[in-house]
Amino acid sequence: MKILVAISNVPDTTTKIQFTDGDTKFNSAGVTFVINPYDEWYALVRALEIKEANIAEKVTVIHVGLIDSEATIRKGLALGADDAVRINAEGPDAFFVGEQIANYARENGYDLIMVGKETINYNGSSVGAIVAGILDLPFISLATKLDIAGNKATIEHDIDGGTQIVDCELPFVLSAAKGMAEQRIPNMRGIMAARTKPLTVIAATGSAPLTSIKSFTLSAGRTTCKMISEDNMDELVNLLHTEAKVI
Amino acid sequence: MSILVYTEINKGRVKKASLECLNYASKIAELTGGTVTALINNADAIQLEEIGKAGATKILSVKNDILSSDGVYICSAVEQAVKAENAKLIIFAFDISGKAVAPRLSAKLKAGLVAGAVDYPVVNGNNLEVKKNVFSGKATAIYSINSDVKIISLLPNSFPVKLEDNKASVVDFTVDLSAIKSRIIIKETKSTDVAGMIPLPEAELVVSAGRGLKGPENWGIVEDLAKSLNATTACSRPVADLHWRPHHEHVGQTGVAIRPNLYIAIGISGAIQHLAGVNGSKTIVVINNDKEAPFFKSADYGIVGDAFAILPKLTEAVKKFKAHQN
Repeated sequence: MKILVAISNVPDTTTKIQFTDGDTKFNSAGVTFVINPYDEWYALVRALEIKEANIAEKVTVIHVGLIDSEATIRKGLALGADDAVRINAEGPDAFFVGEQIANYARENGYDLIMVGKETINYNGSSVGAIVAGILDLPFISLATKLDIAGNKATIEHDIDGGTQIVDCELPFVLSAAKGMAEQRIPNMRGIMAARTKPLTVIAATGSAPLTSIKSFTLSAGRTTCKMISEDNMDELVNLLHTEAKVI
Repeated sequence: MSILVYTEINKGRVKKASLECLNYASKIAELTGGTVTALINNADAIQLEEIGKAGATKILSVKNDILSSDGVYICSAVEQAVKAENAKLIIFAFDISGKAVAPRLSAKLKAGLVAGAVDYPVVNGNNLEVKKNVFSGKATAIYSINSDVKIISLLPNSFPVKLEDNKASVVDFTVDLSAIKSRIIIKETKSTDVAGMIPLPEAELVVSAGRGLKGPENWGIVEDLAKSLNATTACSRPVADLHWRPHHEHVGQTGVAIRPNLYIAIGISGAIQHLAGVNGSKTIVVINNDKEAPFFKSADYGIVGDAFAILPKLTEAVKKFKAHQN
């Protein structure tokens, strides 16, 4: 069985966000890019664990992006993925990205497609379900546990107001959340091996994006924090009622 | 414009997030001169009434016992309703089921999706321009939806719910799911709801505590404060990782992202990953014994001091205020 893990290239969580070109583009100057944490810690690491348990023969990472994302893709290989695919296109629209991944998965016969629960840059939580929709596959979201035996997977995942344990036969698409696996640090052998592992670049196919970003605005931070003495809780309650109007 | 709103019932009530979507659609219909049709499964008369009061002008009432069990069925039902109503805009809540179904529908209809909208769309020619949060709340972006059919999923708690007179007509709507077969077999469902407490994603008041509480045995004072406010309890990541509190209470980037009206953070330093999950809160109160805690920079009100001394005083002050109000 073969697993395809979709990874996104995102600014590190602690990045100070800035925009350029009249607030129409993210300013990547001096920014450290990483694999989207949910894609890496939860989806990719669990896929690698399944391979290490001799249940999967191959783990491929796929990314839709331009050449500057290759360092991030190589990190996926350093963690243990067997090969990587980069679809050479900018990917700001979830439908566009989802269709690229779906087309590749269809042509190359993957049994399980894994994504993180959302990206930390566009926070859309959409690509996994789009891939599932295009390929007419089941989609299981917010998975916190995944075990595979033969052709059948057992998954624990979050639902509204609770959790659910489900069985599903391969193939299907899954989005991974906290609980699936623990973060790994690539070792030197992995980093060396990653240099020679195959990273195939292919051209985008399929439809044009359905949405586009017109502009960005930085969120206004909170201006000042009003400090209140610990001996004056009546004042805090009063402010929450009369000033903030939240109680 | 014909607008279709996918609505859901959870634990006997129309979801608050669904009512917000109906309000939202109703405002868009007002601006663009359209109609609001709601799709609902297995609703009773009271629930249909509430959907009407929230802004639907027509309700497609489905009676189907398998529909809600898998997103593939929901997606197909919405697709059939879109065709029947010739809907050009479809609204979902950006909650767990909306996140699974709206993108699937986007793929099926080749309809552009903005996932997690925080404001009303602006019409620009044939396109809709919609604002949503990006970079985990550090910024917003204006997306243009350029396809003929459009989908917006609305971030919960973006607008307060308003109920008005019910003007909706109810139509029985039959969906044909015979061509689809779900491959997901549900083995076990566990509820994480706590009796008498509003679930975290719907809560308007949240009291949250971190490692500053020193141990799970000290949560009584947090629960007392929450109870006095009728608030929901939450916690930081280390507290969930240490199993002091259940996993579903964990708010932050890797846990649940929330945006209540009031977020009280006790003994939480305010790491950037925590802020990413709570910075949409309207008002933030931070209680911490370290005056240098980074969370104070993201707070509206701050108290420096010992939580063990402050919480009982705050709870008493809330009780006094509530007694006075009644």
